[in-house]
Amino acid sequence: MMQIETHYPGANASVAPPRDRSHRLIAQDLHKTFVLHNQGGIRLPVLAGISLSVKPGECVALAGISGSGKSTFLRSLYGNYRIDQGAIWLLHNNQWVNLPQLVPHELIEVRKTTIGYVSQFLRVIPRVPALTIAAEPLMELGQSQAEAEAVIKSLFEQLNLPARLWDLSPTTFSGGEKQRINIARAFSVNYPILLLDEPTASLDATNREVVIKLIEDRKSQGCALIGIFHDDEVRSRVCNRILTFTPLSHA
Amino acid sequence: MEPLLTIDQLSKTYGRIRACDRISFALYPGQVLGIIGESGSGKTTLLRAIAGAIALDSGQLFYRRQMGDVLSLTQLSEPRRRILMRSEWGFVRQNPRDGLRMNVTAGANIGERLMDIGQRHYGNIRTEAAQWLAQVEIGEERMDQLPIHFSGGMQQRLQLARVLVTKPRLVLMDEPTGGLDVSVQARLLDLMRSLVRRFQLSVVLVTHDIGVVRLLAHRLMVMQNGQVIEAGLTDQVLDDPHHPYTQQLVSATLTP
Repeated sequence: MMQIETHYPGANASVAPPRDRSHRLIAQDLHKTFVLHNQGGIRLPVLAGISLSVKPGECVALAGISGSGKSTFLRSLYGNYRIDQGAIWLLHNNQWVNLPQLVPHELIEVRKTTIGYVSQFLRVIPRVPALTIAAEPLMELGQSQAEAEAVIKSLFEQLNLPARLWDLSPTTFSGGEKQRINIARAFSVNYPILLLDEPTASLDATNREVVIKLIEDRKSQGCALIGIFHDDEVRSRVCNRILTFTPLSHA
Repeated sequence: MEPLLTIDQLSKTYGRIRACDRISFALYPGQVLGIIGESGSGKTTLLRAIAGAIALDSGQLFYRRQMGDVLSLTQLSEPRRRILMRSEWGFVRQNPRDGLRMNVTAGANIGERLMDIGQRHYGNIRTEAAQWLAQVEIGEERMDQLPIHFSGGMQQRLQLARVLVTKPRLVLMDEPTGGLDVSVQARLLDLMRSLVRRFQLSVVLVTHDIGVVRLLAHRLMVMQNGQVIEAGLTDQVLDDPHHPYTQQLVSATLTP
């Protein structure tokens, strides 16, 4: 086989997959240092040896002050940030795959079916209506536009997003409206692993309850969830465990 | 899944300048690969080399045809290469004037490509041309007009229709939104996104516009001085750039 591009130059290829199938996600010994080449080559170590295993039906909260690395950790689990060292095992189609070792088309596939991510901010596409943006993940999975939009409409209704907004581009929507589109988008697919980055940050009390209910439903269906929740009440109600991050001292 | 296009160690020099230095990648069906880099980084040379418009110094290109066999493009005879280009490939140029025939009507610009691949029934050709005009949001009443009277954005959409009417599997695009104003760009990008999904197009997209790759490309390669200095999924490269040049490029962009 000819050499195609390598993906994560630093990640360790030699680790063996875990034996157990009782977990959905096993992150082992993650390290991540940012190097700012255009600012004098400053090195910012953010993760140094973080590990976490999550079982189906569990929800783990990432806690710690700003800058302690919880967001970097969450993004690394999605492959958005590329770790320097460590392994991220995901149970994908009943087989363990090590995320940093996947080539691009494999990672695209894993993101389509196995791991979802609710980001804090919606990436708005000019001219594309809210309904279409939210329906995209289901359409990527091969559902027709009508099928996908039916699922999204039902989620939009649950999340109290006014129907008059559905066919508009979310460019001018409020933070809370955009966040609900993001939530509908990510909860429309039944991902076995779901990552949540402050899913209730800009929501009012009513919609916060809806999101808590959606998370509870996912847990009971066996989804493994990992999230950052600044809202203490939400965190204590949905999370089984807390992984606390402490900032690394920058030498 | 098997790759549609495989590039292996492609190199091209102009005198002492290495325009493309040992470039390798595999493109899979339904994927959009963005290539960014400043002028002179080699991205257009790479695209032209893939299209067979310039001779390689070394390296190989393989293409998996619709029927499943794999062709070595460097060993393909010129007539067979032309047939392949007409039937399974498409090329969208930065300047629509280079991709369109300005002295024939919009409908003929689309219909001509269908005749190239053997369609002869005038009525069918005209119907299909009308459908494609609608697809790219050009009113049917413009069908018998010359593209010379169209706006830049409309010409670019007509070029897309002309390229896509033969249902190519691989489309090469060189700065397809360059020179268009922002609102026209947004419309074209939205159109390209939906066409990519609907027809499972594989696209190699050369641009210097980070906003365009963010919206369209699944994967990204960053080129500098003829080399690929960083590659990965688009969000990885733009959110966590590793190479000094990529960091500079991303931090210089106004919209995230």
